[in-house]
Amino acid sequence: MTGELGQLALCFALALSLVMAAGGLLGARPDESNNGAVLARGIAHGATMGMLVFVVLAFGTLTYAFVTSDFSIAVVANNSHTMKPLIYKISGVWGNHEGSMLLWVLVLSLYAGLVSSLGRGGPRLTSAALGVQGLLAAAFLLFILFTSNPFLRLDPAPFEGAGLNPLLQDPGLAIHPPMLYAGYVGLSAAFSYAAAALIVGEEGWTRAARPFMLIAWIALTCGIALGSWWAYYELGWGGFWFWDPVENASLMPWLVATALLHSALATEKSGAFRTWTLLLAIGGFSMSLIGTFLVRSGVLSSVHAFATDPTRGFFIMVLIACAIGGALGLFAWRAPSLKGGAAFDTQSRETMLLLNNVFLVAACASVFVGTLYPLALDALNGTKISVGPPYYAATFAPIFFALLLLVPLGPQLGWRRGDMKAALRMLAPALGVAALAALVVVMIASPRFLTGVCAFAVAGWLIGASVLTLIRRKSARASAFAAALAHAGLGVTLMGVAGTTLWRSEALTVLGPGETMTVGPYTLRFDGVTQELGPNYRASRAHIALMDGARVQTMLTPEQRIYPAEGQETANTAIRTTGFQDLYLALGDDRGGGRWTLRAYVSPLAPFIWLGALVMALGGVLSLWGRLRVRAALPAAVAQPAE
Amino acid sequence: MRKIPLLLMLLVAPVLWCMGPVRAAPVADTFSDPGMEARARNLQRQLRCLVCQGESIDESGASLAAELRHLVRQQMAQGRSDRQIEDYLTARYGNFILMKPPLEGDTYFLWAAPFLVLIGAAGVAIFVVGKARKAAAENPPDLL
Repeated sequence: MTGELGQLALCFALALSLVMAAGGLLGARPDESNNGAVLARGIAHGATMGMLVFVVLAFGTLTYAFVTSDFSIAVVANNSHTMKPLIYKISGVWGNHEGSMLLWVLVLSLYAGLVSSLGRGGPRLTSAALGVQGLLAAAFLLFILFTSNPFLRLDPAPFEGAGLNPLLQDPGLAIHPPMLYAGYVGLSAAFSYAAAALIVGEEGWTRAARPFMLIAWIALTCGIALGSWWAYYELGWGGFWFWDPVENASLMPWLVATALLHSALATEKSGAFRTWTLLLAIGGFSMSLIGTFLVRSGVLSSVHAFATDPTRGFFIMVLIACAIGGALGLFAWRAPSLKGGAAFDTQSRETMLLLNNVFLVAACASVFVGTLYPLALDALNGTKISVGPPYYAATFAPIFFALLLLVPLGPQLGWRRGDMKAALRMLAPALGVAALAALVVVMIASPRFLTGVCAFAVAGWLIGASVLTLIRRKSARASAFAAALAHAGLGVTLMGVAGTTLWRSEALTVLGPGETMTVGPYTLRFDGVTQELGPNYRASRAHIALMDGARVQTMLTPEQRIYPAEGQETANTAIRTTGFQDLYLALGDDRGGGRWTLRAYVSPLAPFIWLGALVMALGGVLSLWGRLRVRAALPAAVAQPAE
Repeated sequence: MRKIPLLLMLLVAPVLWCMGPVRAAPVADTFSDPGMEARARNLQRQLRCLVCQGESIDESGASLAAELRHLVRQQMAQGRSDRQIEDYLTARYGNFILMKPPLEGDTYFLWAAPFLVLIGAAGVAIFVVGKARKAAAENPPDLL
């Protein structure tokens, strides 16, 4: 019964999304007597809420089926198991293709609901945005109902489910997909507003869309950081970023969203880059769609590609072509009528924001080409090449590094006309911090890497400049603090990346009981392996004593888990962190006679990678808070650029 | 008389042939020389595990990766250079095994694209700033 209820709810949601699209687009017309624009708008708003209710109902139904292990539903039977802990029964809802697409539509509907209830643009702009959002929702609901129905039944229902990929049975990965989707799909709101602005011809769309851009950017930042953290502690190789196509698929929208946040700021404050900002809003969501296509179509097979069904890939490709092609067509048709041509000096914040975009777009091009080129080459002439970390180290890294050098200058220059000399004078102490950081690295690090010295100098420059901003600003404005925090976060992450990449030490040793090994400054004693029983796995748990002279300082227990239901093994690392340095242990093979391979890494500054991402996200939250506070203080109708 | 060297070679060759693998076999998982070990690790990171998802043979737990690691170390022990080992492997497995795609006909665009975009975008930016500057000179910012 529940499955049919869910399917029915999806059908109603589809019908309402079409009503929403029609109502929204009709409501975008100017108010004239008896043309029904006002009525259409009202219908669009109502349909949005109705669709949201039905999508929530469908999602709730599927969740209920997972929690109660209703194996008569195919998706549940293929991806769940009665022995699984409750949290992984719930996360199993989106741990498969069908459920993850339903989650996508749920997030899309939530954003549509937010646009409808909180969107502060003019009524025509909001209505057109809802219309576009309705079209997107309809397309994805059609995709679900025709190619990826999560409510298909199995007859006879199996007695037990097939279980969930054990790699996905992890608290980090339970919240990683919803977080990432909140980012991916959040860009759909920016996309809808941009399309709406093109339809209606309204220029103030960036103000209305900014909260959504911020929410999407914060969620993407957190989602990417969570994914990277998971890869670090779960995959057992001590790495945090592998330039895997699936990771790249999430990095590209982040780069474009970051560019969009900066470009939209210039558009809002001084009317510069109007058409470019529209293009970026379209490009950001396009990257989300392309990322979804790459991950979901099976073009790339990986832990993320739950299904490799060509009809799905084809459907998504058509969907992408329509969305991107339609938006670009609209752009080509309407954008020339927008008033362009801002006036600003070479030394101005606008110039710096433009440079930000130049470098971010080039960085995104590196990731885009690196991800798609091997696929294109293979399709074209069957040549197989690999594009691995060395490619990105040679292209992405120098471009992004150049961007980081410029970051502190932007906020110090005034709009329209700035003074570079004054900015540099004001930032002189930050240059001092940079020199000091470089000096410290030269003195204490061994071996000395030039890239490492440069990385720490730039990190000092970024963090120093941010601290200066916080100290010197007389009138504390949320937006200035937010930018300072986000930029400082970049510096913190940079230190973590440099520290871990350049100065990681490792040891790979076969140990018998009672034997010791050393890695970096640590001495470890192997006290043997015991067999443990988890709720749905068996584990070989190594007992490793971290020694302080002859005294045991603490015990560490890396494990190897076997999940019998799924027939898979995972490594569970043991990480001891001081906040500045991680000791990282992974248990390797059983060499017989109580001897095991143990892999140990010492990763200096590893926690900074994710700490920096958190600081960046906090900057985003502060910016959002500042926006909403300013808005709350002003009546919506007279909300003028308040900053 | 001239046949003696040939005879000698025929006799010695099987012995040498048998000694070859014997000499090469005791390649440990790690080199005791830290310089050689660092070189091996670096080389392993440049080579892709062919059966894994984007992992290098340095990271992978697959048995093929273990065999390739062994092969790399064996060839290093025989005094081959990194370049020779990479050439040996690409001759057998193709460029797919290299994490860093080589710069050749098929990949010029791959390597150039990010920098072409950078140059193109910088060109557009210079144009835009030039226009904006002219506009600012005509309408001083104070009046805007």
